[in-house]
Amino acid sequence: MAIEILMPALSPTMEEGTLAKWLVAEGDKVSSGDILAEIETDKATMEFEAVDEGVIGKLLIAEGTANVAVNSAIAILLDEGESLSDAAPSAAPASGAAPQAASEPAPSASAPVAVKIVEQDLPAGTTFKSLTVREAIREAMSEEMRADETVYLMGEEVAEYQGAYKISQGMLDEFGPKRVIDTPITEHGFAGIAVGAAFGGLKPVVEFMTFNFAMQAMDHIINSAAKTLYMSGGQMGAPMVFRGPNGAAARVGAQHSQDYAAWYAHIPGLKVVMPYSADDAKGLLKSAIRDPNPVIFLENEILYGQSFQVPDLPDYTVPLGKARIWREGNDITLVSFGIGMKYALEAADQLADMGVSAEVIDLRCLRPMDTETVVNSVKKTNRCVTIEEGFPVCSIGSHISSVLMQEAFDYLDAPVITCTGKDVPMPYAANLEKLALVTTAEVMTAAKSVLYR
Amino acid sequence: MAAKKPSKANVSKDDLLHYYREMLLIRRFEEKAGQLYGMGLIGGFCHLYIGQEAVVVGLEAAAEEGDKRVTSYRDHGHMLACGMEANGVMAELTGRSGGYSKGKGGSMHMFSKEKHFYGGHGIVGAQVPIGAGLAFADKYLGNGRVTFAYFGDGAANQGQVYETFNMAALWDLPVIFVIENNQYAMGTSQQRSTSSAEIFERGRAFGIPGEAVDGMDVLAVKAAGETAVAHCRSGKGPYILEIKTYRYRGHSMSDPAKYRTREEVQKIREEKDAIEHVRDLLLTGKHCSEEDLKAIDKEIKAVVNESAEFAKQSPEPALDELWTDIYAQAEA
Repeated sequence: MAIEILMPALSPTMEEGTLAKWLVAEGDKVSSGDILAEIETDKATMEFEAVDEGVIGKLLIAEGTANVAVNSAIAILLDEGESLSDAAPSAAPASGAAPQAASEPAPSASAPVAVKIVEQDLPAGTTFKSLTVREAIREAMSEEMRADETVYLMGEEVAEYQGAYKISQGMLDEFGPKRVIDTPITEHGFAGIAVGAAFGGLKPVVEFMTFNFAMQAMDHIINSAAKTLYMSGGQMGAPMVFRGPNGAAARVGAQHSQDYAAWYAHIPGLKVVMPYSADDAKGLLKSAIRDPNPVIFLENEILYGQSFQVPDLPDYTVPLGKARIWREGNDITLVSFGIGMKYALEAADQLADMGVSAEVIDLRCLRPMDTETVVNSVKKTNRCVTIEEGFPVCSIGSHISSVLMQEAFDYLDAPVITCTGKDVPMPYAANLEKLALVTTAEVMTAAKSVLYR
Repeated sequence: MAAKKPSKANVSKDDLLHYYREMLLIRRFEEKAGQLYGMGLIGGFCHLYIGQEAVVVGLEAAAEEGDKRVTSYRDHGHMLACGMEANGVMAELTGRSGGYSKGKGGSMHMFSKEKHFYGGHGIVGAQVPIGAGLAFADKYLGNGRVTFAYFGDGAANQGQVYETFNMAALWDLPVIFVIENNQYAMGTSQQRSTSSAEIFERGRAFGIPGEAVDGMDVLAVKAAGETAVAHCRSGKGPYILEIKTYRYRGHSMSDPAKYRTREEVQKIREEKDAIEHVRDLLLTGKHCSEEDLKAIDKEIKAVVNESAEFAKQSPEPALDELWTDIYAQAEA
C-alpha cells in the first residue's frame, strides 16, 4: 500500500513551512528513522524522519518550496515491489487539517462604510520595509545594543540555541557571549541577578521563554525591580526590560497559555507594553530599553511570524504610554492591544460591511495607559467594546470600563462590554481551546448589542 | 559557635580603637532605636543587630572604597559600618524627610548610592541574587570591585540562593556570600530548620570555596574577609563566609523570643561578646585606659543622641512625596 508522506507540524503554532531540502531521491529505499528532508519552520530548521519503511515513489514538492501547508502530501512512499501506477492516484492534497473558519464577511443590508485607516505620523519621504514581529524585536534589541554598551541580553537559550523562538538569532555572533548570555533554567535566580545588574549600572534585557515562567521570578519583578526607586527615595532603580511571549500559543494547555497583561498593569513602578504590529514592537522596544524604569514587554507567539510595514528609519522609536488609533470611526469604539487587535480589526471590517464605522484603538501600553484617547473616542462614538485574551475578572477591560463610567458616563449610550478569554484554565482539546479564547464573532455580538442591532 | 581562631594581637591600636568605636556605635544606635520603638516613634518592623556587630565591622575592614554591599531587613549595622550617617538612618526609622529614603522606605528599605549600599531588602533571600547581579555588573564593567551579599541562616535554605550559587560559580562572579548565622531563622533554630550543620559546605556542590568564621571575634572576621576579598578580586569567582554569630534581641521588636532560654543569651553575652573582646584587647594590651574608653563611650552616646534628636525633629515627608519616585524620568 502506498503511503502519503505529509508535511509535519513541528511546533505548536506552525501552519506552514519551507521544504528546505530533500535528503532522499525517488527510488531510494528508506527505513523508519531515516532522515527524509529538512524542513524550515519560523523557529528552526528541523530534520524530518521517516516513520514507515518503503521506497520513495515520488517527491511531490520540490525542495526550496516555501509555504507548504501542514498536512499536505509531500511525497509518496511505496511498498517494496510496488510501482507508482499501482498506487491510487491522489491528486488533491491530503485532508486532515482543521477546517478553516469562513472568512467571508456576513452579507449585510446596510451599505458598507469606507474604512479610514490612520497613518502614523512620520517624516516626509519615509520608506517602509516588511518585517515580521520577530525580526522587528530582534532589530530593536540589536540597534540598542550597538548604541549602548551597557545593554545586554540574558535568558534561556538566547545565545547558542539562537533563541527558543528565534528572536535572538544571530545576536551571539554579533555581540559575543559577554552580552548575549545563556542562563540556566532558573528564572527566580537570573531575574534577581538581572535586577542587581541594573542597580549596578547595566541595562539588562531579560528574555523569559514565556511569561508563564516569569511567575517564578515574580518576587524580583515586583518587589525588587518595581519598588526600589520609591523605597530608596529616588536614589536607585532598575532600568531594564523583561520580555518574552505572553498569552496563549496553540494547544499548550493551562500552564503555558496565560495572558498576564492585567497582572503587571496593576503594579506601580512597572511600565507595561503589549504591542500588536511589528512597527510598534520595534519602536516600543527601543523606547523600553532606553527607559530608566523596569518595563514588562509582552509579546505573542502567534504574532511573531506576522509581517507588517515598518518605517525604514535609522532610529525608529515609539513613545511609551500613547495609544494608537488604527482606524477612525464614529459609531463605536473598539479598544484592544496585543493579539486582541486581530479580532478588533476583523470585527471593524465586518462592521464596515454592515454600514457601521468603528474606531479601533490599540492601547499598546497598559501602564501608563492612555485612557485619554479612549475617553475622547467614546465621547464621539458613545459606545465601547474592549477586547483582550486574558481572564475576565479584574481585566484591562474592567479598568477601561471603570474609567469610562467615571469620565464619560454622560456620553455612553450603552454599557461597555468587555470581551475576554473565558474564566477557565486553558483546556488542551482543540475545540475547547477555541471556545476558551475570545473570537471575532464574540466581538461582533458585543458590538451589535451596544449598537442595539 | 565555630572553632575559635585565635585573635592575633599583632593588630594596631588604631585599628582596634576603630573596631571598638564602630561596634559600639552600632550597639548604642540599636539600643536607642529599640527605645524609640517603645515610644512609638518608630513603627512597623524593626530588626535589631545587637550581638552581631563584629560581622559587618570585620568585613568592612576588609573592603576597599567602591566595593558594594547588600543585605536583608536587619540592616542598620551594615549601613553604619559602611559609613552612612547615623542621623539619616535614624530619621528613616522614624519615617522623616531627613531619612535616607526620605521616609518612604523605613527600617527594612534603605539605600545609599554614594556608599555603595544597595539595601535593605525586606524579602528573605532576595538580596542574594541581587548581590550576584551587582557583581555581574562589576565584572561586565571590569572595574575590579567585589560585592558582599549578606544573608541569614534562614535565607540559606531558599532555592534562589542555590540558583545564585550556580550562576555565580558558572560565571566567576566577584561576590562574597556572607551567611550571618545567628542560629535562629526568626524563631526556628538551625537544628530545626537546616539539614546541614555547616551551611558553608553547601557551596562545595557548586565548587565555591568557603569557611566558617567566629563572628564574635572581629579580627577573625576581618582575616576571613581579606581571604575572601583576595579570592574574588583575583577573578577566581565567588566565596562563602559562614559567620557564626548571635543575636541578643528577638527577631524583631515584637518577638518575645520564647524559643530560647534567657540563660542561653546571657551565657553568650558574658562569654563571647564581640565588643567586650576588643575592649579586653585594648586594656590588656595597654593600648588605652578605662578612662580613654569611657571617653569614647561618651562620644558615641553623643552621636546616637544627636541622631535620635535629628530623627524626632526632622519633619515628616511633604504630602506630595506620596507621588514622587515611582518612575524615573529619562535623561534629556
